[in-house]
Amino acid sequence: MTAPPTNAIEAEGLVKRFGSKTALNGVDLTVPTGTVTAVLGPNGAGKTTAVRILTTLSKPDAGTARVAGYDVITQAVEVRRNLGLAAQDATVDGLLTGRENLIMIGELHHLGKKASRSRADQLLQEFSLADSADRLASQYSGGMRRRLDLAATLVARPPVLFLDEPTTGLDPRARAELWDVLDGLVGRGTTLMLTTQYLEEAERLADNIVVIDHGRVIAEGDSRELKRKVGGDQLQLVVRDEAQLDHAASILQRGAGAEPQLDRQARRVTVPTTSGVAALAAVSVALADAGIEVDDLGMRQPTLDEVFLTLTGKPATDESADAGTGELHEVSR
Amino acid sequence: MSAIPSPEVHAGRSSQPFHDTWVIAKRGLLHMRRQPEALTDATIQPIMFVLLFAYVFGGAISVEGGTGKYNEFLMGGIFAQTLTFGVFGVAMALASDRKNGAVDRFRSLPIAGGAVLAGHAVANLIKGLLPIILMSLAGLVVGWRTHSGVLDVATAYGLMILFTFAMTWIGVLLGSSLPSPEAVQGVAFIAIFPLTFIASTFVPVQSLPGVLQTFAEWNPISSLSTALRELFGNPTAAAYDGAPWPVTHSLEYTLIWIALIVLVCAPLAVRVYQRSVAD
Repeated sequence: MTAPPTNAIEAEGLVKRFGSKTALNGVDLTVPTGTVTAVLGPNGAGKTTAVRILTTLSKPDAGTARVAGYDVITQAVEVRRNLGLAAQDATVDGLLTGRENLIMIGELHHLGKKASRSRADQLLQEFSLADSADRLASQYSGGMRRRLDLAATLVARPPVLFLDEPTTGLDPRARAELWDVLDGLVGRGTTLMLTTQYLEEAERLADNIVVIDHGRVIAEGDSRELKRKVGGDQLQLVVRDEAQLDHAASILQRGAGAEPQLDRQARRVTVPTTSGVAALAAVSVALADAGIEVDDLGMRQPTLDEVFLTLTGKPATDESADAGTGELHEVSR
Repeated sequence: MSAIPSPEVHAGRSSQPFHDTWVIAKRGLLHMRRQPEALTDATIQPIMFVLLFAYVFGGAISVEGGTGKYNEFLMGGIFAQTLTFGVFGVAMALASDRKNGAVDRFRSLPIAGGAVLAGHAVANLIKGLLPIILMSLAGLVVGWRTHSGVLDVATAYGLMILFTFAMTWIGVLLGSSLPSPEAVQGVAFIAIFPLTFIASTFVPVQSLPGVLQTFAEWNPISSLSTALRELFGNPTAAAYDGAPWPVTHSLEYTLIWIALIVLVCAPLAVRVYQRSVAD
């Protein structure tokens, strides 16, 4: 095998239309070999379409893409040999056991019967599925199905992995477990591209975050850069008595050194902060001194909606076709 | 060795279409074993049909050749009906694979083009053998006997396998063009179920009224029933005045249909399938 290319994934000007709907409207993507990129966006932003094109399942109407150095259209088989795909709804075969699922994938990768078996055993062990190896996958929990699905993508040790919303639909515990598994994959030469609706997930796992909306890249950068754009962590306070809200807001403003946002109905004040726990401590002391009754006080991350609001001036659910194109070039530099 | 992928290790020898097809066919057979409905369709249903028709209609319908001959007449028809129902096994399997993402998983693997369809087709052929064997045994129980030579009987079974092969491609076509397994079931009930009854499967066609009789005479399910009866040396109820060519030349007519179905449906099915999974 020749040396891997500098960029494991390169896409230029990808366009995909379904009838009159434009799913991708000129997407450029570059993922350097051995890094993790998260594609962040709401439902319908074009994340899955991009993954399907990059994994040869769908053909673009315009644009080009290379994965592991091979063209996704003209060298589809070579691309498939080099990728592992975990699709959005964990496409494990429910009528096969966990072990049979993995052996089948190994055989379809032409590893040979014996190697497929031992590889399956290895992965079942690694993904804590050994005890359930001979149960039908339809009896697995959601978290186990995802782990099996992920194991299936790794059978042939592909250098490039695509995970489409790997934790959507999982409960918080299963999500945390899967993150730990993904941590184990990262930083060992494997290139990983994952899609997600959660900023927290992108931040936790990725070196680089690409925000897409309505089939366009609207922002790109590492999580620190991105957070600088969207304001990063926030202090959030809920007071018991609405009458004390303004007083509380002024305390937060002093503590965090930024303009607070008020939601009177929810008796809530939110203020962006860069000093984290220190600001939290200072504010809680000041609130106690002022005798303000607190229902809830804590640090929180901006939601995807808030990220989109900041980046596009519109909430993530807005369906207007040209949302945020004005800011596009400014932020994606 | 770690389970974590390293970029130097690669799988994938050159294209192996037969191997890939067989891996996917094995999966299809495991699926049948583990789906109680599918297994029932392939085992209990054909046996039940033979017993029900033999004992419920056997006394009421008379065919030439004397009493008790209905059960021998019945077998050709019930074989033909069950083989026709074989369309649905493959159609359902393919429609659910498309719906639940299994087809996408296969397509993201470096397998030979066409292996998914071929695997389904092979599995369906093998699955088709089980009801043929079970119905033959049930037939022997209700008094069905062959009265021809070994060669004719072997030809009959060969014809059944050919017909199953043709039905497989109709199944692939349905499974690729219909949006869901539920839609497949709908078509099964509305289109194919009556088609197997407006034929010489269970009654002599002369007993049908005008238009239905003409339809039944030209229905390939009739000609398959009649051809099997002839090859088994069973009563055919096909020697009547004014019988059209498909009735008098049932074997030839059936073979023409099989050839037509395979020649038209197989390429069409492959095209529709490729289009259905392409986006």
